[in-house]
Amino acid sequence: MNITDLTVHELQEKLKNKELTVTEITEAYCNKIEEKEKDIDSFVTTYLEEAKSKAKEIQEKIENGEIAGEYAGIPIGIKDNICVKGTKTTCSSKMLENFVAPYSATVVEKLGNENIITLGKMNMDEFAMGTSTENSAFKITKNPWDLTRVPGGSSGGSAAAVAANLVPWALGSDTGGSIRQPASLCGIVGLKPTYGLVSRYGLVAYASSLDQIGTLTKDVRDAAKLLTIIAGKDEKDSTSEDNGNINYENCLKNDVKGLKIGVPKEFFGEGLDKEVKDRLYEAMDIYRKLGAEVEEISVDIEKYVLATYYIIADAEASSNLGRFDGIRYGHRTSEYSNIDEIFKKSRSEGFGPEVKRRIIFGTYVLSSGYYDAYYKKAQKLRTYISNEFNKAFEKYDIILMPTSPTTAFKIGEKSGDPMQLYLADIDTVSVNVAGLPGISIPCGVDSKGLPVGMQLIGNKFQEETILNAAYTFEQEYKFREKYKPSI
Amino acid sequence: MSVSKKELLHIANLASLELKEEEIQDYLENFQEIIDFSNVINNAPVDDLDITIAAHESKNRFRKDEVKEFEDVQAMLANGQDIEQNMFKLPKVVQ
Repeated sequence: MNITDLTVHELQEKLKNKELTVTEITEAYCNKIEEKEKDIDSFVTTYLEEAKSKAKEIQEKIENGEIAGEYAGIPIGIKDNICVKGTKTTCSSKMLENFVAPYSATVVEKLGNENIITLGKMNMDEFAMGTSTENSAFKITKNPWDLTRVPGGSSGGSAAAVAANLVPWALGSDTGGSIRQPASLCGIVGLKPTYGLVSRYGLVAYASSLDQIGTLTKDVRDAAKLLTIIAGKDEKDSTSEDNGNINYENCLKNDVKGLKIGVPKEFFGEGLDKEVKDRLYEAMDIYRKLGAEVEEISVDIEKYVLATYYIIADAEASSNLGRFDGIRYGHRTSEYSNIDEIFKKSRSEGFGPEVKRRIIFGTYVLSSGYYDAYYKKAQKLRTYISNEFNKAFEKYDIILMPTSPTTAFKIGEKSGDPMQLYLADIDTVSVNVAGLPGISIPCGVDSKGLPVGMQLIGNKFQEETILNAAYTFEQEYKFREKYKPSI
Repeated sequence: MSVSKKELLHIANLASLELKEEEIQDYLENFQEIIDFSNVINNAPVDDLDITIAAHESKNRFRKDEVKEFEDVQAMLANGQDIEQNMFKLPKVVQ
């Protein structure tokens, strides 16, 4: 048995049957990280010694009958924009290279309550701005399916580590596709919950009205489990919602008979790779065979979504990142003679080029003379996009579309051209703009052997519907039994 | 609409950022490309629509205005530099 090949629910089964101990599981992951991390570069920080000693402590408590939690001793990786008290939270930025979080995010507290063990903090595009993880100030994470290719982004470290079995599951954040797109490129399951379902307290803000913490897992059952742990109302995040303590695992029925699936034709046109399109049409046939009704529909937003997203996201980022002034935390320049120089030099030295680009564009669309033409218009388009989704959900239970227009691209292929990288977000941003839940699951590979992702979108707080639809496909298609990354 | 170097530097200044001379041309080209791309929204059929500012309904969620002490002030201050008596030392701002 190769421990690190197992899903979390398989690990739980082995723990329950006493075929494995917590210490054996943590040891196996630490060994795997020591062996393979040099090829993948998925972590910013690892806590291997701390994890081993925590595992020993938990194992002893289990043996003494002091704890019996179903997740006790399961390891996890956490994206490095989610605060873990007393440890570095860098956002893969020089700005926060030495920042030690003075408190933990609510999701981290929830993992702690379950005695889940953190193996480390995962690499990402700086401040979650990017689609390839090439914007990290520290390292470029590689795709385990082909080490010359990107893992997607911005949660590229989380996705690559799950795909390479360096962690059994991971947390990420998704502002415009940053969980779903890397999950698609790495052949794993990525779930972006409805805005408000998971507390954002302790998540370093990029665009507050779009950001959402979610899960990167080997399969859909693990996604349902991790969502069950992290979801729910939090008094520290006023936008969080009470979900009635749903156990999302209960919705996995392996049955889609009568499910109405709408397929928006606008997202299957020019720009979509033919092989990606072919796999998606094959997936639709599988859904039909399983008893779902699949119909082509029109959701006429494709030409506006990217501009709407980038205007809103960058406007919010320009405001949110105003807090990095070199005074209370973060990088401070060594040469200054007045307060204005501290601000300007600290920010200019601490932020990377993409972050500066987005702050400047966000400042522009909020500035006098351009506010109405760009920001206000984008806010109106946000209404338009939500209305289009609402119309679709009057007739259909879920929407099926690509997660990414292509499979993983080569490292460096698009890094000199920001616009090309922005276009990689075309299929994912509308979900954030409308605050909906979306999941990406693998639905095959292309002729290069690279995974293709299928995105299922639900109405607000209908995670159970998309999780069941994803699970039913997964049980039929059995992607993990057919395909494995090269590493 | 074309963005000038002067306008780019003005916006960067508003954002408290300095661009190096050798970076300016790249930023200018990328910025122009992003603006040209964003101009697609000019013709969007949205004149009659209200704005949306949040993912869900826009309403204030009130809570009592109560002081809650942060439990670990030293951990909070530890990320700053040049601290004296729990205060940040800075260059003089008033002449």
